Amino acid sequence: MAELNILEAIRAAMDEELERDPNVMVLGEDVGKKGGVFGATDGLWAKYGGKRVLDTPLTEAMIAGAAAGAAIYGLRPIAEMQFADFAYPAFNQIVSEISRMRYRSNNTFGLPMVIRMPYGGGVHGALYHSQSNETYFTSTVGLKVVAPGTPADAKGLLKAAVRDSDPVMFFEHKKTYRLFKAEVPDGDHVVPIGVADVARPGKHLSIFCYGYMRFCALEAAETLAREDGIEAEVVDLRSLRPLDTATVLASVAKTGKALVVHEANRFGGFGAEVAAIIAEEGFEHLDGPVTRLAGPEVPGVPFHHNLEDWFMLNPAKIVEAARALAAY
Amino acid sequence: MANTKVAELGHKALGLTDADVLAMYRQMLLARAVDERMWLMQRAGKIAFIISGQGHEAAQIGITWPMRPNQDWMAPYYRSIASAITFGMTPEDIVTAHLAKGDDVSSGGRQMPGHYGAARYNIVSLSSPVGTQVLHAVGIAMGAWVKGEDVVALTSFGEGTSNQGEIHEAMNFAGVHKLPVIFVCENNGWAISVPLDQQVGGLSVAARAAGYGFPGVTVDGGDPLACYAAAKEAHERARRGEGPTLIEAVVVRLTSHSSDDDQRRYREAGEVEDLKQHDPLPIFANRLRAAGLLTTELEEQFRAEVKAEINEASKRAEAHPEPDVANAERWVYAEDGD
Repeated sequence: MAELNILEAIRAAMDEELERDPNVMVLGEDVGKKGGVFGATDGLWAKYGGKRVLDTPLTEAMIAGAAAGAAIYGLRPIAEMQFADFAYPAFNQIVSEISRMRYRSNNTFGLPMVIRMPYGGGVHGALYHSQSNETYFTSTVGLKVVAPGTPADAKGLLKAAVRDSDPVMFFEHKKTYRLFKAEVPDGDHVVPIGVADVARPGKHLSIFCYGYMRFCALEAAETLAREDGIEAEVVDLRSLRPLDTATVLASVAKTGKALVVHEANRFGGFGAEVAAIIAEEGFEHLDGPVTRLAGPEVPGVPFHHNLEDWFMLNPAKIVEAARALAAY
Repeated sequence: MANTKVAELGHKALGLTDADVLAMYRQMLLARAVDERMWLMQRAGKIAFIISGQGHEAAQIGITWPMRPNQDWMAPYYRSIASAITFGMTPEDIVTAHLAKGDDVSSGGRQMPGHYGAARYNIVSLSSPVGTQVLHAVGIAMGAWVKGEDVVALTSFGEGTSNQGEIHEAMNFAGVHKLPVIFVCENNGWAISVPLDQQVGGLSVAARAAGYGFPGVTVDGGDPLACYAAAKEAHERARRGEGPTLIEAVVVRLTSHSSDDDQRRYREAGEVEDLKQHDPLPIFANRLRAAGLLTTELEEQFRAEVKAEINEASKRAEAHPEPDVANAERWVYAEDGD
């Protein structure tokens, strides 16, 4: 097994998929010679050439829309939005075109394509390089949405996304890129979309999370076990649409308490859907209010480090919320 | 525009035979007959909504004529009725789609009328927000370019749509990589109720091509041979790897924007009356007659054939099954075996 960080795992997934299937291509801003602003495509341009690893103009609608056309033609494009924050010019293509193509054509056009979405704060990116905007896409029928939190999942889910017959929004939290290294299975490691991962078993409460929040929730669970004797079960959702409802409900049945954690703001956020599912389908198991811990209700992550620290969720905030819920 | 001299039709210089130009005219008649039948069926309450291609037929037939069926691709727009026929959609396909039948090749009854598309004919499924399809055509051309395959993508849109940001992004990218795509702006002078001079600052869509690094040509969209010549050259350029062409075909919109619109509210009465003088069908028929190619007998034969074809197509289309609500939740995502 190789020890990789998430960025390396993402790069390895693209490399292997480009190698495996001549219909796979990568396109986006600075993905070529530079290798991407984060280095995710580093080395791929030299290896696969400038057509299959294609630098585009600064035109996000074009990146998404041309990827859709290429997918119609039979390719499997991996489109990179340089930052998830910059995807809005492509919103029309993603939400109105790409998500609906199969349905509106009565199953005669499918779009096997991936849109990589570097998201999240804590990287001194302020309002327009820090957004967690996954809810726009999780609420769009016809898209699949994944958000890995480990190198193995980043690689395995990206490979699954490339091979999927439908469009997949691949949310990769920028703060996790080089945060830690972990083992990634050798060989053709594919993680199926739609399956959550119980990252840490527990019995007193369940923490539902994804992306960078998996790392924070696991840290929090360590503290809760050590300092409070609270055994928190950490469930990394990994796939937001489709959501592994069975694993969510099984965890709530086991612990009776649910804390949903995400960096995006609370109101109408993805946690609202998780909470609603638990309330509707797991009500008899509940021994406390389904609780959300989410980013603040401000339009973006403010820049100064004092302000950014205030904004960001972290293990301490999760510990605090978990203690309150456990004490209920 | 109408010629009286036999020698001036000029189709042979374009590589077209007498039979070709007669076939083009017959197809214009067919597209018009299908379009007119849609209006009748709409007024009879059988079709909910019509958005017409009347007045655009010469441009569409001329421009799509050089395209190779089952090899080239098209991302059309809502007036592309004649273009869709060239690409292979039958009158029955079109009527079936307008009736929103369950086995309609475009959407199985899921989309409104006028949303042309069919995987089996290399016609991309169309939505309603204008201009989105142009990026899909560019993506197809990009795919062919990446794979090194001999494919040309054609996409059409109105001059109103030409102002959308996605059109700029599409043309710019196609120009950068000299992608094999033909952009067709069917300029009928009206974006629903707003005239050209309130939409296009420079008054020319074709002129914009210079900024993207490829040719932009303006053609008389009432002349199928002029349109054919421009499209043939564009098609050859694309296949030679020399990149896109923007063709602005100046056409007339003979009908209101749609069956929900009344153009008498915003077009001068005289202009509406005068429109028939610019109908490309009689203009081309006169030229064919003057060239000695179209006889009264042949014209009558064409009209009889086309009428029989649309009658038969409508009858068959009405017998297609309605969509089954049991399938309404299907094909949001791929199902096993797709």
